[in-house]
Amino acid sequence: MSTWPQCAFSYDGSFAGFLTCVGESFRCREYPFYFLPPGAEQISLYPLRPIQTDRALAKAVYAALEEVVSESFRRMITYSFLTCLPQRERHIYDVVHLGLTHALPQDPTDDRILILTRAIRYLTREAEHYKGFVRFSDYGGVLVGQIEPKNRVLPLLRPHFCQRMPEEAFLLHDKVHREGLFYADRKWKIRPVETLDLDRPDQAELECRALWRRFYETIAIRERYNPKCRMTHLPKRFWGEMTEFQDDPA
Amino acid sequence: MTIAKKLEILTDAAKYDVACTSSGGDRSGGRLGKTMPAGCCHSFAADGRCISLLKVLMTNVCCYDCRYCVNRSSNDLPRAMFTPRELADLTMDFYRRNYIEGLFLSSSVVRDPDYTTERMADALAILREEYGFSGYIHAKAIPGADPALTQRLGRLADRLSVNIELPSSRSLALLAPDKARDDIFRPMEQIRDGILAYKADKVKYRHTPSFAPAGQSTQMIVGASDETDRHILKLSEEMYRTYGLKRVFFSAYVPVAESPLLPSPLDFKPPLLREHRLYQSDWLLRFYHFRADELLTPDRPNLDLRLDPKCNWAMNHLEEFPVEVNTADYRTLLRVPGIGPIGARRILAARRWRSLDYDSLKKLGIVLKRAQYFVTCGGRMTPGLRTRPEGILRALTALEAPAIAPQYEQMSLFSS
Repeated sequence: MSTWPQCAFSYDGSFAGFLTCVGESFRCREYPFYFLPPGAEQISLYPLRPIQTDRALAKAVYAALEEVVSESFRRMITYSFLTCLPQRERHIYDVVHLGLTHALPQDPTDDRILILTRAIRYLTREAEHYKGFVRFSDYGGVLVGQIEPKNRVLPLLRPHFCQRMPEEAFLLHDKVHREGLFYADRKWKIRPVETLDLDRPDQAELECRALWRRFYETIAIRERYNPKCRMTHLPKRFWGEMTEFQDDPA
Repeated sequence: MTIAKKLEILTDAAKYDVACTSSGGDRSGGRLGKTMPAGCCHSFAADGRCISLLKVLMTNVCCYDCRYCVNRSSNDLPRAMFTPRELADLTMDFYRRNYIEGLFLSSSVVRDPDYTTERMADALAILREEYGFSGYIHAKAIPGADPALTQRLGRLADRLSVNIELPSSRSLALLAPDKARDDIFRPMEQIRDGILAYKADKVKYRHTPSFAPAGQSTQMIVGASDETDRHILKLSEEMYRTYGLKRVFFSAYVPVAESPLLPSPLDFKPPLLREHRLYQSDWLLRFYHFRADELLTPDRPNLDLRLDPKCNWAMNHLEEFPVEVNTADYRTLLRVPGIGPIGARRILAARRWRSLDYDSLKKLGIVLKRAQYFVTCGGRMTPGLRTRPEGILRALTALEAPAIAPQYEQMSLFSS
């Protein structure tokens, strides 16, 4: 544990904001014990310091993660920030602090590293699930899909969908973290999306959905009916956004 | 006939085909689609099987009368046929919406094998050449088709397969009188040679047209005829070796026909657990460096359904255990029940930094419920563990109970 005095930071919740916090903590030699993203209310015993996001500082910290430690370390930190690990900023900061001040523990069973690798494994597994389970609908030539992931999977899904549909225009909406992946003309952006109101899909779209449901119903072999096996591979939390389990408005 | 009705008939006719994997490919660069080396499951049907590809037949109109097959010409069924254009459009519509990873195209033999293959290749050509589709395509080669047509199919598809249908030529002669063993193995050889030629040319020329870049697979029906598990596994092993197959699939026979030559549909339940045990053994052959001869011997030619084949092997070779996790090499670790390639690699990586105890094994994500009987950490086993062979056997079979309980009665029909 560091000998630096402990403190608490409030920041804007972005990755650049978090990296600014890291930079600030090293500049003032304070050890943030608590991070407060916007919207969260928590009484802290430590003096609370609001941190303004500083893009230049964030960039410098981001580069330092690779230069001082390694590229895989930087990736671990970036991925960790996308996970749904409770109080993830604090756990990530602990490891960043170790990496930038001491040698990083190499032992994969070290608890501080383990908590991040487990969270990342959960994140990447969820992203792998969504590569298959995302369903798009055609709204006048633009494809729209919605998901409700526990982790922020959009950055991991981005290369996958952009590469496989280079000539399409699509929007993938993450309803939980209220952001969307926009893709058109071979360019992409991830931007906040508060709410998304969709029109009633047109006739061609409804027909395509009906065909898919028909295929889905028919492909199962009745003699092998095994709902438990299906549930293991395709947990119910994914069903809500999947065409084969939905009914269309009449 | 509407496209929806066609889709229903031709999906219903294709559902008994097993291979719905989309792995092994690395295709990209088209206007739509990209394959992933590990494949991708897009949904799971009510029977728990993965749906990765749009699995349909080109047509279920068939001129053969194989006894075990639902599409045999003597069966009174609604028949349908896709036009190549219909099928290509359907594939594109589904793929864009991320319903599927690609197309699995098989067919009954309409008119003759050449005509059938041509229609299939026409559909694939529309997808690849006209629509610029670079998703996954698995096509069935039709035994008896002109080699030039099979060649065309292989240029367009990612994977080709030929069903060997039944595990021995005796069963084949009995149940599929129109198919000869050589008709099946000839296209298999042709595909193997085509793949080898493609791989050799790719090294030399940049723009070699691809030929089944994701390899070749096959499948056979288990439980319709009386072959032993040992026979089936030896056959699979042989085909991996001689034909360089990527996968051999097993399909538990589902009674679709009544015939004095087949098990009666009345009291017959598909041998699902046996199929599962065969797949587990198949994994041991492909990823765990086991040989079929080690798993099954002439005096024990069938798998013990109560235990998974690796536990079974370990129980019969207790003299090789326990294994010390801190010193054992990779291959030895792989033979421990409960430790797979990922677990073994994690153990090797962690061992470089510390000596491992049971706690650190748990942290590495090694599941100990089976492994604990076969390993030591620093020379010690878990304190208080039953280590007499009968005790281990009882504990291991208890772990399998949920999988076995509902099916145990029916299984005894086959293990006798």
